[in-house]
Amino acid sequence: MESTTATVKPQFSQAAQAEIARLFTHYPAERRKSALLPLLHIAQAEFGGWVSPEVQDLVAETIGILPIEVYEVSSFYTMFNLKPVGKHVLEICRTGPCMLRGSDELTANLERITGAKVGGTSPDGLFTLKEVECLAACGTAPIVQVREKYYEQLDTQEAVDAMLNELRNLVHRPLLPWEETGLQHTQQ
Amino acid sequence: MGRKLLTEHINVPGIDTFEVYRKHGGYRSVEKALKTMTPDEVVEEVKKSGLRGRGGAGFPTGMKWSFLAKPEGIPRHLVCNADESEPGTFKDRELMSKLPHLLVEGMITSSYALGANTSYIYIRGELLYVLRILEKAIAEAYANGFLGKNILGSGYDLDLHVHPGGGAYICGEETALLESLEGKRGNPRNKPPFPAVQGLYARPTVVNNVESIAAVVPIINDGGEEYAKIGVGRSTGTKLISACGHVKNPGIYEIELGVPVEEFIYSDEYCGGIWKGRDLKAVVAGGSSVPILPKDLILKTAAGENRLMTYESLSDGGFVTGTMLGSGGFIAMDETTCIVRNTWNFSRFYHHESCGQCSPCREGTGWLEKVLHRLEHGHGHMHDIDLLVSVAKQIEGNTICPLGEAAAWPVAAAVRHFRHEFEWHVTHAKQAAQPGAVYPAQGVLA
Ligand SMILES: Cc1cc2nc3c(=O)[nH]c(=O)nc-3n(C[C@H](O)[C@H](O)[C@H](O)COP(=O)(O)O)c2cc1C
Ligand code: SF4
Ligand code: FES
Repeated sequence: MESTTATVKPQFSQAAQAEIARLFTHYPAERRKSALLPLLHIAQAEFGGWVSPEVQDLVAETIGILPIEVYEVSSFYTMFNLKPVGKHVLEICRTGPCMLRGSDELTANLERITGAKVGGTSPDGLFTLKEVECLAACGTAPIVQVREKYYEQLDTQEAVDAMLNELRNLVHRPLLPWEETGLQHTQQ
Repeated sequence: MGRKLLTEHINVPGIDTFEVYRKHGGYRSVEKALKTMTPDEVVEEVKKSGLRGRGGAGFPTGMKWSFLAKPEGIPRHLVCNADESEPGTFKDRELMSKLPHLLVEGMITSSYALGANTSYIYIRGELLYVLRILEKAIAEAYANGFLGKNILGSGYDLDLHVHPGGGAYICGEETALLESLEGKRGNPRNKPPFPAVQGLYARPTVVNNVESIAAVVPIINDGGEEYAKIGVGRSTGTKLISACGHVKNPGIYEIELGVPVEEFIYSDEYCGGIWKGRDLKAVVAGGSSVPILPKDLILKTAAGENRLMTYESLSDGGFVTGTMLGSGGFIAMDETTCIVRNTWNFSRFYHHESCGQCSPCREGTGWLEKVLHRLEHGHGHMHDIDLLVSVAKQIEGNTICPLGEAAAWPVAAAVRHFRHEFEWHVTHAKQAAQPGAVYPAQGVLA
């Protein structure tokens, strides 16, 4: 969603609205603000992998809270992208246990292959590289997370190529996080 | 082979489904508790077991439960801490994704003990795929009458929900977690009041780690006394250890507390030794927040006794020559590891994750990272080494939550045990700044 096209007010899809209605039942009626983080996840998945100010306003309106209450939260948590991103965001773990098993080399390798620098997007718009902290998968380091999937043990060129090819061949970007895409996590 | 109270069936095909889990004895603790025990009797059993919180602090679970305030007419909550973000720790993820019903069962039995009718599992946002696994298990439990109204005809009602975080280590701290669950920034609260009195929505709340809740299942099935027979002294039962770094076989190991550290590292039943035939240099035994120990001190205490995998033995020697069991995130480093680089990496983590509320933590973690960065990159001075120690001291005891200390103590320990490596980074600055450079004390320079 380019900000230039954002003059059209964003709207949640019907599937998302149904999921949001279900989430609201999890919290006391006067505590609906509790649904903020789950809604931000849905919003980010629906609107191109990031949450623009307009999308955040939609979240605020849906819950019935002030926009500022959304902004101060979306900027606190690292998972929410506040700027446009490429089709796939590669979240590379950089913390100690992954570093011991080659995450620095992995990051350099991904920068070389994709042409993107950490924090930026590749020229073809396919990959955004983002460094993150420990993903609770240190036993299968080094790790990259793409949306809901963990790519583990990326310590060989074959494993890295397999990941990138799988992502390149994905025709459309899954909209909803729970949509069946073949990109669901597979247990190791 | 040690007993496996939690993970015995972890590799059974289909164990993530209600049917298979039930066939392997699943949900017996719920039947036993709801049909034959009062809530207080369940609490009593957990007290007898000696179970200590598996989230890191090791506080006795039964005692925590007995502190829960029970004012008339105000709902109480049980919140499971599935934020698992302590570097080196990945046991909860494994347990939840492979044995989701074990956590659901533990949540039901524990909620019953506490008189909670709505409970939450707060899972870190990155684990959305595990959230879906848990939601499926919860739906199955509802469909089979183990959740919802009048569970098993006992008159007890329970709703259970999973809630995702948004990516923030600090939300593992229990009051930050509650703020986050209320839809706010994850800023830890001032204590008192403690969550047991004013927690979620200002209601009395217990926060427990995934593994603590799971352990309630075997405790109720077999009795607290049986559980307490396993282990050594006040370290009872089994513990999941996440082994990572340079061990030959990384992964999750359920150990009986009391296994010697040496056996844990070198036996084929556990880590299988150090990878690539190399020698061990150092271990961070309980997640990145605990002090690092060099090989000789992790294998034996300063007094020369074998170090055991227990709360007491690992902390023998205090922070001078000991460490902590913590979350059980066991990070091994081989002889080619640069301690300065690792210390810098972890300090960058804490600086990144500080919520910024208290200046000693916000500024102190920034200083630690900056000074370590310059040492690692060849721009350090000798006085920087003592500067690290003094910054660490200034953080200690001056913060709202323990994150500040979790950042400070490991730096102080690294300087204490590996000062020679820090000095080498000053005396051999150019060489030390090369990628992959390692203090050459133990020979093997790649
Ligand atoms: C900075 C910080 C991070 C923490 N992260 C976690 C965590 O990821 N998981 C966890 O269970 N406990 C974590 N804790 C400990 C919790 O505050 C709390 O003590 C624990 O959830 C209590 O559960 P237990 O008694 O069952 O261990 C953290 C504490 C601090 C200070
Ligand atoms: S110690 Fe650090 S993380 Fe904890 S409340 Fe203070 S600033 Fe936040
Ligand atoms: S350090 Fe990368 S997953 Fe834990």
